[in-house]
Amino acid sequence: MTPLLSVQGITKFYGQHIGCKDVGFDLYPGEVMGIVGESGSGKSTLLNCMAGHLTSDAGAVVFDTRTDGPRDTVTMSEPERRMLSRTDWAFVHQHARDGLRMGVSAGGNVGERLMAVGERHYGDIRAKATDWLGRVEIDATRVDDRPTTFSGGMQQRLQIARNLVTGPRLVFMDEPTGGLDVSVQARLLDLLRGLVRDMGLSAIIVTHDLAVVRLLADRLMVMKDGHVVEAGLTDQVLDDPQHAYSQLLVSSVLQV
Amino acid sequence: MIDLRNVSKTFTLHNQSSAVIEVVNNVTLSVAAGECVALTGASGAGKSTLMRMIYGNYLTQAGQILIDGTDIVQAEPRDVIALRRETLGYVSQFLRVVPRVPTLDVVAEPLRAVGASASDAQALAEYLLAKLNIPQRLWSLSPTTFSGGEQQRVNIARGFAHPYPAMLLDEPTASLDAANREVVLSLIEEAKARGAAIIGIFHDEAARARVCDREIDVSQFTPGVAV
Repeated sequence: MTPLLSVQGITKFYGQHIGCKDVGFDLYPGEVMGIVGESGSGKSTLLNCMAGHLTSDAGAVVFDTRTDGPRDTVTMSEPERRMLSRTDWAFVHQHARDGLRMGVSAGGNVGERLMAVGERHYGDIRAKATDWLGRVEIDATRVDDRPTTFSGGMQQRLQIARNLVTGPRLVFMDEPTGGLDVSVQARLLDLLRGLVRDMGLSAIIVTHDLAVVRLLADRLMVMKDGHVVEAGLTDQVLDDPQHAYSQLLVSSVLQV
Repeated sequence: MIDLRNVSKTFTLHNQSSAVIEVVNNVTLSVAAGECVALTGASGAGKSTLMRMIYGNYLTQAGQILIDGTDIVQAEPRDVIALRRETLGYVSQFLRVVPRVPTLDVVAEPLRAVGASASDAQALAEYLLAKLNIPQRLWSLSPTTFSGGEQQRVNIARGFAHPYPAMLLDEPTASLDAANREVVLSLIEEAKARGAAIIGIFHDEAARARVCDREIDVSQFTPGVAV
């Protein structure tokens, strides 16, 4: 089987300072990969390099495109990469405001992505947008309201709907449940798990919440100071961590 | 079906003066299809550790653990994931679920993962929950608020939903009353009859005597304890 995403030797420096160094892994269709580590460990830098938001200094991010097979997205032309990020890729930001257009209605936010891939029929777009609001448990009566009138949890769910409406195959998520209260977090986790299973999505999730990765991720990478110190099956890394830093991370979690 | 060859495991505790603890050493055992084997030995002998090594959530330092021909020790994460989905089931002592997910969906999930339709998976989940005496009014609630015995039965229902060819059972009858214990033992007997290879930890001696064909004393593999 061809990996959906093959990351090879991704390196990013901020001047003298290492952002992330020589990171590589393969992600297969339907797999969810978690990336954990403390603040400043380079996990968000890595995510942004993979998603093309930052230019990496070295390395390749090879994506198995629908039409041309595996292509390196780092050396791909800008229009091609933009097309990819509108169709097969999705990016869920930690702060929903970064991923939403706050001045446009909820329905408009979802519909915009559909229009970006060529849909023009207003009725179809609105029907699809309403369907997706329902899937992320936002009441259909709110379709014409702006996200500024939504709670934080609703905004995050709207962001997810906006990202998934075009049926992407790979979703990058940066702390998708960060800053949400616990009951909303559980709801979002449940939603994401269902979507991963039913749509066969692959996802890369950056978080510092080990409970979130245990429930959501099949595989886990632990980062420290820009390097991957340990990688493996999620429950293996969490139950039997091998590296000193992973052991510290796992043993530092407060028991509830 | 389950085949362990010269398997050893140590824990290295980097943050506790790099203590190295040898847990099990040179384990060789095999379990055939349709056979149930009990792991015995005092607390701390390494029964649960060995079981987790077989499931792959503990890393094995040396040897081979073959499940239906796949070596868990060497396998890539995605192969282990596939093996756990299709072949290797594990009923742990504790239920770990996404909060808010209804009990019925928790039990149906392993079936959905192997491609069963939502209605088939739900029908079997209902059958198992009813058989394990979980009242119907609880089916639509999340099991996180259930009693210990109820959670264990949900866990068992979930573990027996898909007919895994190899199963690991960690004290499946521990906190159950006589009637429910009987149901669980009959589920184990049914699994054996359909040809599942089972490794179990049972503190309940009568249960062990009834469902297990052999006993393996894990203390013989414990370094410093073996004679």
